[in-house]
Amino acid sequence: MTTTPEYRNRVENQWCPGCPNYGILAALERALVALGRAPHEVCLVSGIGQAAKLPHYLRCHAWNGLHGRAIPAAIGIHVANPTLTTIVTSGDGDLYGEGGNHLLHAFRRNPDITVIVHNNRIYALTKGQASPTTPRGEPTRLQFAGVEVDPAQMLATAVVHGCTFVARGFAGDLEGLSALLARAIAHRGLSLVDVIQPCITWGKHPLAWYRERIVPLPVDHDATNRSAALSLALDTPDRFPVGVLYEVEARPVFAGAYRARVGDGPLARLPRTERAAIEARLAAFVVNRD
Amino acid sequence: MDERSIFIAGAAGEGIQTVGDVVARAFLTHGYPVFAMQEYESRIRGGYSSHRLRIAAESANSPRRDADVLLALNPEARDHYASDLRIGGTLVASEAADEQTIVVPFRDLALEHGGSSLYANAVAAGALAAVLGLPVDTVVWALTAAVARHGNEAVVGNISAAEAGFAVARDSLGEHAPKPWPKRENVYAFVSAHDVIPLAAAAAGCRFMSAYPMSPSTGIITAFARDPELGVFVEQAEDEIAAIGMALGASAAGARAMTATSGGGFALMVESISLAGMIETPIVIVLSQRPGPATGLPTRTAQEDLLFAIHAGHGETPRAVLAPADPLDALQKTLRAFELADRYQIPAIVLSDQFLADSRFSLPPLSLPDGIADAHLADPDAIDGEYRRYARTGDGVSPRLYLGQTKNLVYLDSDEHTEDGHITEDLRIMRPSMVEKRLEKGRRLRCEIAPPSRLRDDDAEILLLGWGSTKGAIDEAVTLLRGAGRRVGALHFTELWPLPEMTWRDDIQYWTVEGNATGQLARLLGSDGGPCIEGRIGRYDGLPLDAATIVEALT
Repeated sequence: MTTTPEYRNRVENQWCPGCPNYGILAALERALVALGRAPHEVCLVSGIGQAAKLPHYLRCHAWNGLHGRAIPAAIGIHVANPTLTTIVTSGDGDLYGEGGNHLLHAFRRNPDITVIVHNNRIYALTKGQASPTTPRGEPTRLQFAGVEVDPAQMLATAVVHGCTFVARGFAGDLEGLSALLARAIAHRGLSLVDVIQPCITWGKHPLAWYRERIVPLPVDHDATNRSAALSLALDTPDRFPVGVLYEVEARPVFAGAYRARVGDGPLARLPRTERAAIEARLAAFVVNRD
Repeated sequence: MDERSIFIAGAAGEGIQTVGDVVARAFLTHGYPVFAMQEYESRIRGGYSSHRLRIAAESANSPRRDADVLLALNPEARDHYASDLRIGGTLVASEAADEQTIVVPFRDLALEHGGSSLYANAVAAGALAAVLGLPVDTVVWALTAAVARHGNEAVVGNISAAEAGFAVARDSLGEHAPKPWPKRENVYAFVSAHDVIPLAAAAAGCRFMSAYPMSPSTGIITAFARDPELGVFVEQAEDEIAAIGMALGASAAGARAMTATSGGGFALMVESISLAGMIETPIVIVLSQRPGPATGLPTRTAQEDLLFAIHAGHGETPRAVLAPADPLDALQKTLRAFELADRYQIPAIVLSDQFLADSRFSLPPLSLPDGIADAHLADPDAIDGEYRRYARTGDGVSPRLYLGQTKNLVYLDSDEHTEDGHITEDLRIMRPSMVEKRLEKGRRLRCEIAPPSRLRDDDAEILLLGWGSTKGAIDEAVTLLRGAGRRVGALHFTELWPLPEMTWRDDIQYWTVEGNATGQLARLLGSDGGPCIEGRIGRYDGLPLDAATIVEALT
């Protein structure tokens, strides 16, 4: 694997040898380098799981927090310090399952962050239970007779809720994925990139099975066309159209009104609210007829 | 006359808040302190609710359980609250309940004199002025201030209605008209703890608040939203998990941040309290208590979450738990919560309750203390070599930089981690030393926790032990019991965790006084080798503790 020296971290990688997560790591590095972002300008945010360990493997700022709770943390980080490029990187169980509610409301808020979902369609670190994206009928180490519910359609949900950048990538395509991630990070507003990342330990199909089913978007696909994006997002579970399904710039970005008042710097650098202004409000509780 | 207790009773939406507010402000401008408490049901219209005023020559900022005057805006409320009216007290109502009733047809007079039955509340306020011995012009002033924004017609209508109510009540009183309260020049701040908490937070430099609406905590985030000049970013989160998650993220990225909730929402925040301890990131949480379990009584008061706040979170990590006694103390404790959270890089919990949220106290005018500290961030220029977010130091406190502050990279990790914030399973050295590092902060914090305030403990045979919002009731109970020749004093805690170091005497009877059924303070003190508790006085019906209840328990 090629790494960029400035992003190289001296931390032992705990992923299984050969895991497609390495592909996502490499693609993310390339994207950040291509965008000219220095490590101290980037904050990676994750929950818990194998995918959520990614922030330890890049040299930049990082928050490796609670399972399912990366999105609220990322929103808080982005509001408090918008000079950072804030990127959530976690698994499908983390972002679609435990944290699904946060993602749903993030679509509505449209914060200027990027959300990369390592979608391996399985709970890997807990050893092989169904995730929200495991296909119906697939046997797992907990759903022994096969999953009895339909998978979550989070890309479609993102389109329906007006998420301003919705894409699917493939961990086995370094070139394509790094270009896709660069576009997602550069997008102003919330970017969701669901990355097909086959699990080589618990997954039902080998990488090659996925490779055969990764298809490009139709050449005439119009990413501003919501209905077209929706039908691509709802494609069959055995076919994965890869690329930017949906992209619009129209919606206001989260916290824009506040930022218009206080500027674009870290909140920590703002001067304290003037003491006299607080004293005046305390004085206003005095009741008198003057 | 030393004091009057007035219950203004009616249905939700009927306007008891306006009547109480106008009469309270009328008294305040006349130079007298008012304590105003509200009790109400969890509904938008109907039911029973009361706005209770306690007016005295000197501030009496604690509830009275009986009324000298009951003004009932409807017959059902009159019947519901009739047993709270002390024998010989005055009932003011639209219809006579007995020969002594001061009959004031609120709606009829409003229509006749004000031109609209909407002004019935003004009639009621005017009638109360007559019954209480307050000049009508004070009520006219307070009403004018309250309705001026509705235009001249509303002002004129309200004033006419109030004057009619005053005249009818005065005539009905006849020779029983009360002695008027002489005008004084005293001035008071009329304020609730939740009025003050947002201002104190802004003064501390708070820039970020996320919360999910939950009674009785919602007023705090609302205050920031209403007053954008305070400069606090406000977000209504999708749930309390997100509320604390956003605030913690913001704090890690350098903003002083807070959230507020009540018991059920706090339960959802618990995992992130543990996280805050692990990633050593400051956060201030206002836990405004109401009776549980579960949904409990959403609009009532309780002190049931003391042990929950202290123990909330898996694993072992320090935190500060503070419980203000009144609005002035809420100002100080809010500032202190931010200070302790930042200095020790821990969660700090401010325990409030519905009583503190909704009750307005009369206090000397408030102002900010001097020397409000900054966020205790590290000096980036003093960082030598590779920055380590969890560097081991003598006091357990590592130099803190926020995410993106400098080129020094900050790794925050909820896994057990190395000094530079990466996952570790080094069980021999790293894990034990990180546990010790975190706990050392708690040990240092304990050394600066304030002991309880002491009242008449010099010669006391009985000491009442209380915490948080019960201070007014306990102080009053001590005065009453002393008046009856009992040698009673009180120790009152407002800093509860870490528990201050205490010494206890065997020649004193200790009684705990709390708004719960199980004696949580008694259990807390007991867990630290506390005193032998002679008795526990608890109130858990949803109403605040009052002096008479404490006195009765000791009589």
